Amino acid sequence: MRVVIVSAVALFLVALQGCNEATQDRADLASGVDAASPPRPPELAPATQKRDGDVASTIPPGPDAQTRIQEAFILAQPGAVIQLEEGHYELNMQLSIDVSGVTVRGRGMDKTVLSFKNQDQGSEGIYVTGDNVALEDFAIEDTKGNGHKSNGADNHVLRRVRAEWTGGPKETNGAYGMYPVSSKNVLIEGCVSIGASDAGIYVGQSENIIVRGCRAERNVAGIEIENCHGADVYDNVAAHNAGGILVFDLPDLPVQRGRDVRVFKNHVVDNDVENFAPKGNIVGTVPTGTGIMIMANSNVEIFENEIGNNQTTNLLLVSYLTTGREIKDANYYPYAEGIHVHHNRLGPSGYAPAGEGGTLMAALAGSPLPDIIWDGVVNEAKLVEGKLPAELGLYIHDNTKTEGELTYANLGGTKLLSEPQSVTVQRDLAVHAGELPSLKPITLPEIAG
Amino acid sequence: MKKRVPSLAVLAAVIGLLCGCGGPVLAPVSIDVAAQPAQNISAYHLFKDAAHQIPNDGVLPYDLNTPLFTDYAAKHRFVWMPSGTAAQYNPDKAFDFPVGAVIVKTFGYLHDLRDPAKGERLIETRLLIHRQDGWIAVPYLWNETATEARLALAGARVPVRWTHNDGSERAINHIVPNVNQCKQCHDSGGKFMPLGPKVPQLNRDYDYGDGRENQLVHWARTGYLKGAPEDLSGVPRFAVWDDPTSGSVETRARAYLDSNCAHCHNPSGPAAPSGMDLSYAQTDPLRIGVNKTPVAAGRGSGGFRFGIVPGQPHESILMYRVRSTELGIMMPPLGRVSVHEEGAALLDEWIGEMNGE
Repeated sequence: MRVVIVSAVALFLVALQGCNEATQDRADLASGVDAASPPRPPELAPATQKRDGDVASTIPPGPDAQTRIQEAFILAQPGAVIQLEEGHYELNMQLSIDVSGVTVRGRGMDKTVLSFKNQDQGSEGIYVTGDNVALEDFAIEDTKGNGHKSNGADNHVLRRVRAEWTGGPKETNGAYGMYPVSSKNVLIEGCVSIGASDAGIYVGQSENIIVRGCRAERNVAGIEIENCHGADVYDNVAAHNAGGILVFDLPDLPVQRGRDVRVFKNHVVDNDVENFAPKGNIVGTVPTGTGIMIMANSNVEIFENEIGNNQTTNLLLVSYLTTGREIKDANYYPYAEGIHVHHNRLGPSGYAPAGEGGTLMAALAGSPLPDIIWDGVVNEAKLVEGKLPAELGLYIHDNTKTEGELTYANLGGTKLLSEPQSVTVQRDLAVHAGELPSLKPITLPEIAG
Repeated sequence: MKKRVPSLAVLAAVIGLLCGCGGPVLAPVSIDVAAQPAQNISAYHLFKDAAHQIPNDGVLPYDLNTPLFTDYAAKHRFVWMPSGTAAQYNPDKAFDFPVGAVIVKTFGYLHDLRDPAKGERLIETRLLIHRQDGWIAVPYLWNETATEARLALAGARVPVRWTHNDGSERAINHIVPNVNQCKQCHDSGGKFMPLGPKVPQLNRDYDYGDGRENQLVHWARTGYLKGAPEDLSGVPRFAVWDDPTSGSVETRARAYLDSNCAHCHNPSGPAAPSGMDLSYAQTDPLRIGVNKTPVAAGRGSGGFRFGIVPGQPHESILMYRVRSTELGIMMPPLGRVSVHEEGAALLDEWIGEMNGE
């Protein structure tokens, strides 16, 4: 996403050039949020049933593994478990699963490794189109495109799977580590994603999603929920990405009005990897060091997260309009509404605003940038006597800062889009007192084995 | 040990071989829709002479106006339906074929694109078999002499080489998709569907040996198609992508996009989440990609902002992906390892002519 305030503020920036020296002082990291403390182990019980069916086939690594695994994926009957052994599987073509009700299980994400280093066919490592498919306990490494993609695959489970580009962050890495799209009921738990040139864990245009207990590191975006309806993102670690956790809604897509997303109890820390998205890539404009970013979604609750050591800002809330991109899609709703931010623990941030967006924001709000930044853009058609109806508002309360004072900026609202040179940045958090009712937890049906 | 009695089919085949130049003595096509796919393609009796792709009786060859590009492979297409059954005409999408129908597509590589008379090497034949519960896709891989093809459920890779139309030597790995990957294209709303045999593609003449005839007329006349209009003048017909006499640059480009992209890029296809619809019927420029922002294109955007920038093919993501052979970037993502230069040139021309106003 072209993130912040690009064309709208460009004029203003030009005017400011010369007097804008973003301070590069780094805050004292030692006093920040402890990045090393692991998330609590995920509570596995309620969401899905473990499939303990008969192992239909066991396939060891070896020269014929590609063919044998693919044949097993094709011939598997519902309920089948396909067991992969400890070791390194050298694969050169995409594996795909179109049957339903199948479990693919390894011996652990560090023991069973599917390496696609020499892949020359298919734009994913594993592509799933069957429903009720569970992938468990193995690693997908060095795919040319996405590590995993599931498309229209309902009741899909990724459990303790690692998707990684082993050469570290590189522009030539695949876009997504794990990529469920157009699916209903998605569970991603205990997974690890490293090195994706877009998002480590990306769920798009889907409904009813849980992402928990995962670790997303050294991706451009750690975890991204885009154009989705109903998602719980919790107990994850998003560290050393450019952006930690993103909740976006974009135009020109069949599924829109992203909404009902809870982001809680995550560690969103040390997001310090220079944005390495391929040039022009939409996520490439997320400023390095953005903790959590919400764009154009409705009903988002952000609570009990640890967010710190993010050099641009800890929490960024924006409308799509602020990207300065023209909207050609008449059905698209660009506003962020009904946002509830509470009981988060914030560490240092804003000490080195990065990228075009960071620079532009610093030009408006000064440096260091505040912990929480809102563009202030609201749908003026919905204003009643100058105010948004209560359920559409932004509420920020009971958040704490590990050191110093929690800072906030409203970048000026609609004026930001039309007259950026004359906006008044507001810093008073008191106007966001109040709260919204808690969103309902996501529950997933038992997945039949 | 019990003495083996050769089956009638084997006897018939042996006699067929012995007779050589005799009449059509090969057993008729045999499709058991309830059975698992046969291990060898010969079990279906689809060909009198597989090596030369001479079909058995009732196995009807056909061509498309603007086919899918597959690495300069030559394609041989056939259809067969059980006696007394016919496909139901459908103006908008692939025909409704009867249960038991088989659609046959053989892929081969000419030794020399400049001179088809030098012959070709057959690689694979894909069957779409219409069973009670829907279509299944079954790939078969030919042996060196193209006398037999074996079932290859998991796909395969076959090194092939040919002399290109510019005289250069080309060598690639032809990749036979696995049966799941077949569905990655042949998917409409979760249902496996044939792609090629639809009205605008079939509406053309074919040389049947005993004379040229419009394929739709021929299918209807020989009992393979019911419900077709008597008068074909109003029936849609795709331009032939590389024949400027068949249509404008735009109609040829749109036909090309329809056959090369729209199997996924349509509102019920696997690429529906992209929001891009490249089917011929789509008239909204934004849905075709004009000034449309990429979404989950990853590296595929190539640093460009829009799918199609009118007048600027070299700034259009569509062209970047059509000209790429890199996994994760190239489009379509399956079915080719080389760039279709001639097809890309047509699309360049189309975008170049587009008015940006």
